[in-house]
Amino acid sequence: MELETCTFSYCQRPEIIEVEADILLIGGGMANCGAAFEAARWATPKGLKIVMVDKAATDRSGAVAMGLSAINTYMGENDPKDYVKMVRGDLMGIIREDLVYDVGRHVDDSVHLFEEWGLPVWKRADDGHTLDGAQPAKKLTEGGKPVRSGKWQIMINGESYKVIVAEAAKKALEFNRVGTGMAQNHYERVFIVELFPDANDSNRVAAAAGFSVRENKAYIFKAKCMLLAAGGAVNCFRPRSVAEGQGRAWYPVWNSGSTYAMAAQLGAELVLMENRFVPARFKDGYGPVGAWFLFFKAKATNSLGEDYCVTHFESSKAKYGKYCSDPHKLGTAIRNHMMMCDMKLGKGPILMNTHLAMDELAKTMDAKQIKHLEAEAWEDFLDMCIGQAGVWAAMNIDPSKTPSEIMPTEPYLLGSHAGCAGIWVSGPDDIAGAPKEWNWGYNRMTTVKGLFTAGDGVGASGHKFSSGSHAEGRIAAKAMVSFCLDNKDYKPTVKKTNDELAAELYLPFEIYEKYKNYSTDTATNPYYIRPKMLQARLQKIMDEYVGGISTYYMTSKTMLDAGLKQLDLLKEDAAKMAAADLHELMRCWENYHRIWTSESHARHILFREDTRYPGYYYRGDFDFVDDENWRCFTISKWDVQNKKWIFSKRDYVQLVPD
Amino acid sequence: MPSFVMTEKCDGCKGQERTACMYICPNDLMKLDRDRMKAFNQEPEQCWECYNCVKICPQQAIEVRGYQDFCPLGGNVIPMRGSDSIMWTVKFRNGALKRFKFPIRTTAEGSVDPFKGKPEADFNNVKKPGFFNLTEVRKF
Repeated sequence: MELETCTFSYCQRPEIIEVEADILLIGGGMANCGAAFEAARWATPKGLKIVMVDKAATDRSGAVAMGLSAINTYMGENDPKDYVKMVRGDLMGIIREDLVYDVGRHVDDSVHLFEEWGLPVWKRADDGHTLDGAQPAKKLTEGGKPVRSGKWQIMINGESYKVIVAEAAKKALEFNRVGTGMAQNHYERVFIVELFPDANDSNRVAAAAGFSVRENKAYIFKAKCMLLAAGGAVNCFRPRSVAEGQGRAWYPVWNSGSTYAMAAQLGAELVLMENRFVPARFKDGYGPVGAWFLFFKAKATNSLGEDYCVTHFESSKAKYGKYCSDPHKLGTAIRNHMMMCDMKLGKGPILMNTHLAMDELAKTMDAKQIKHLEAEAWEDFLDMCIGQAGVWAAMNIDPSKTPSEIMPTEPYLLGSHAGCAGIWVSGPDDIAGAPKEWNWGYNRMTTVKGLFTAGDGVGASGHKFSSGSHAEGRIAAKAMVSFCLDNKDYKPTVKKTNDELAAELYLPFEIYEKYKNYSTDTATNPYYIRPKMLQARLQKIMDEYVGGISTYYMTSKTMLDAGLKQLDLLKEDAAKMAAADLHELMRCWENYHRIWTSESHARHILFREDTRYPGYYYRGDFDFVDDENWRCFTISKWDVQNKKWIFSKRDYVQLVPD
Repeated sequence: MPSFVMTEKCDGCKGQERTACMYICPNDLMKLDRDRMKAFNQEPEQCWECYNCVKICPQQAIEVRGYQDFCPLGGNVIPMRGSDSIMWTVKFRNGALKRFKFPIRTTAEGSVDPFKGKPEADFNNVKKPGFFNLTEVRKF
């Protein structure tokens, strides 16, 4: 097919704005809000300029946009080494223990800041009952006891969690802006879509290009270093709900794999991109089950009342179960597997027995306490997944009377929740026993010089959640300040002209304007593909060949080979995406990022010849956990020069004894 | 459960450059129809139902209607967000009602002063673990 180019012959040329900074923060979620706060304190007295670019409004951007009902990573009295053990067990024995430990030893300070800034944190009263976060109680730093829903989780009233964290980040950015004399250093509604290497060093990041989704402006940001933390990847796979319900993704629907795609394209090494997360959630609404399991002690059973985690325990443990998050419980992936065993036997629907749990708790509580408990149960949804409350309202489900269906969702790619896909980074330099490949320089720097990541971006280091992502952003930010001070004289330069960059960004406009009148309906036209249809095709390929819901997460070499052929064609077609307006231009680039992320995911699954994450995906041709050959990191790198993927293994090293 | 805008209540934020819902939507879904001066959700199938448009609308003109892939008609969930708490009304399809009130923050909006009372950064520690305000962290 003929390659389309943009010469602005048909579409309008955008105004091009060039911004220079020392530290560029790409994304405005928890990680970069943490980074803004930490970096501003270090950078400002040194005159280093920090710029944040967010695709949305930072008050409500990222995975915490809706709010949260719990902070899932808070050490408190626990030893971070035990946290490492838990994460290792849950992620099937392969994690970067240096990175996980580093999050563990830093995370509580971020949680303490959240409380100081105004986040209500539940407390345990002396008589054992819970106090919501607005009732008078000692703060965590004053010895106040949090309400633990599990060993690592604490309950919050988190409707405004992101607003509060963003307020501190924005104030910190303003502190830096005033201190360094910038006109503007916080750009909302600007979507960064491509990173560019330095003209003199192909393995060094120099610029990031993006566009405003509000006005015809293209942006070129040049910086000494960048923190790429733009979330995980959602809607790569065909979701269970394919009409308007596809918006009700479990993870934020706007997370389009931009972090992984932009890093990969620049030649950064990715790690464990075969990992995915398939959460078991309340069916359709995808409301959280954690509080029901952990806090209300509810049990999930099949429809015959059998506990699949008992009936399938021995067989699952024998087949896959070396790794446990605690001695009596198999990890999250294998619990999914046990659930699906029953689903395949027709013993569904799988039910969360909320009514039995409430009955049990009511035995020791009076009417007022039960009412309080009921409110807590609803708050779990209303703080972080309001849609689930809507589903229960629409279905007349009263959780104290009726059990609710749970279901494994479509797959998601992420590095901060219970998954560990992401980018390979350098770790802290004070961890005894860590091999040299784990630490070659600046903490959280990728293998591309000057390119840092955090949150969902860092691979092989899951279970950070919101607080750990914030803390990790701070860790990265501090290292970036250090990087800037060590690279004072570096001036980023790029080969391409600003005009060429803008032409790449606006190509879907040019294509649309060039061909739109060929057919009587712009929706159907042989010369281009609209992003909505491109996404549908991507989701179909991923679902049917790469282990989505339609095959019960099963794939194999032959299926992956077939799927990858189709992905190649889709990637070619992506060069013919068409956009009628700025909103659709955003969708074009998001889906381009989704394709790259999806391809990386498929190729990693193909490379790893075992079923490392049963319950998340299965290799039908290698349906076992093979520690001898595959208890290792899988590393991929896009060879920019030769345009091909290179795969390798890297040793896993256990630092914290069992 | 995509958001929708009630024609009678929406005033297009009185012709400002952008409406409150446009400002806040994390997925860039809300759009102002300048001919009618009414906002609408331009891509309901990409709506996460985060309710940020509902919460921010000064006219309370936005609600959410259940995703019709799986939600029967008749229920709804309506928030009233204040400066320190949020009130929720959950209406079931069968007419049952539940109301909840939860705190949302313990400080005044806009009152965060991130570096007040915090130490300056000590550059002797810039290559060590820890933060500018946390110089002692556990050793592995």
